Amino acid sequence: MRLLQWVILLLVAGVAPAVVLSRDPKSQVVTLSFYGLICALMFFIFQAPDVALSQITIGAVMLPLMIMLALTKMRRQNLRREREGKK
Amino acid sequence: MMLPYLPYAVAAWVFLWGLYGIVTSKNLVHQVVCVAILQTSTYVLLLAIGYKLGGTAPVFADIPVGTTVVDPLVQALMLTDIVVEAAVMALLLSMVVKANELAGTVDPEELRFLMG
Amino acid sequence: MSSRTRTVFFLCSAAALAFVFAWGIRDLPPLGDYRGPYGNAVTQVAVYERHATDVVNAINYDYRAFDTLGEEFIFFASVLGVLLLFRPAGEEDKDGKRETKSEDTLPISDTLRVSMQAMVGIMIVFGVYIATHGQLTPGGGFQGGVILASAPLVVYLSGNVKTFEAIVSSPLVKLAECGGAAGYAAIGTAALLFGAHFLTNIVPLGTTGDLFSSGTIAVISAVVGMEIAGGFVLLMQSYLREIIEERLKREQ
Repeated sequence: MRLLQWVILLLVAGVAPAVVLSRDPKSQVVTLSFYGLICALMFFIFQAPDVALSQITIGAVMLPLMIMLALTKMRRQNLRREREGKK
Repeated sequence: MMLPYLPYAVAAWVFLWGLYGIVTSKNLVHQVVCVAILQTSTYVLLLAIGYKLGGTAPVFADIPVGTTVVDPLVQALMLTDIVVEAAVMALLLSMVVKANELAGTVDPEELRFLMG
Repeated sequence: MSSRTRTVFFLCSAAALAFVFAWGIRDLPPLGDYRGPYGNAVTQVAVYERHATDVVNAINYDYRAFDTLGEEFIFFASVLGVLLLFRPAGEEDKDGKRETKSEDTLPISDTLRVSMQAMVGIMIVFGVYIATHGQLTPGGGFQGGVILASAPLVVYLSGNVKTFEAIVSSPLVKLAECGGAAGYAAIGTAALLFGAHFLTNIVPLGTTGDLFSSGTIAVISAVVGMEIAGGFVLLMQSYLREIIEERLKREQ
């Protein structure tokens, strides 16, 4: 049990810089989703199932979804601006 | 033995990395995600505060009431924290989209002046 | 201040902050050495007093129900803010041209479509199950609401834009969200009508382990689930509104 706690804490400490260092938002979405899953695993190992459920649904599904929707909307705005700039 | 203080060290480490991401960011969406990372460091801290050695999950559906469980109050705080994170992220992302619509860019360096 | 100067300044401050953290960590109790009296007290009495086996949800929806009321209204206000920011401006697409060419959207494969359509029913049932069993097993209103809100998203991902549009523009979604937020406050106020404090558990408690037990915890859990599901569906709709309109026009 203690080994598992060591491993998951070191994993969390290792994945968080990876999320920060992915500069492009499109690739950061994937790392963020993975980080959410690792955090949920940490919550399970530390005996917090309610919080793990919340973290999976929000941190690994809803948050990356909202980011991708925001990126799509911004891309459309940029395309429209280019179109109107060319006219 | 390092394990007793490792969660606190991990919380501080993640917090500092989140701050680094916010300070050196070149893209507002990346900055918003770093704010989310900052918030997860508080979850690690709260989790470590409430943990009891040998304790199990605070759900008595299949275990008798007297068994050792970890602290449920701290987990209730973490649940609220996660909901607030979702709400704050939704609003921050919509503000980033609006900034892109009005200013044409999401680079914080170019958004320095007020366009009002 | 240029970007390099800012980074160097930040690194010096971060070193100082890390030193302060290390100094503070020394005085914290080591992991596993739990000293607080409140956790021990609550786990002893929660199952007997509230007939709920999930102590975390009993705390969230009964002992500290007032904090959860504030949290639900934080979420409500944030959804309101997003809807206000993305209000249709009225001056988009005046010329009727399409934003993106039709080569931009990927064709939906048959596997994706069939498997997504098979999953919708399962997700709805699972979301309702998690939201209504909050007092017995880990889960509760919030988690169940988010799972429920993923069901329309799965409909959209399977290519059924018309069904998605019909689901999200139905007035039931707004009714669910506002009804959830108002319902929470109404449950609290109903306690006042019986002469007890705001948000007291006044409904009969039932037997531990049953579905209809623990009084208002089950009701609040269901109501919160409604609000969260409605809120997330509204969020998705406000982000996807223009894309849906364009795809519907293209399909006609």
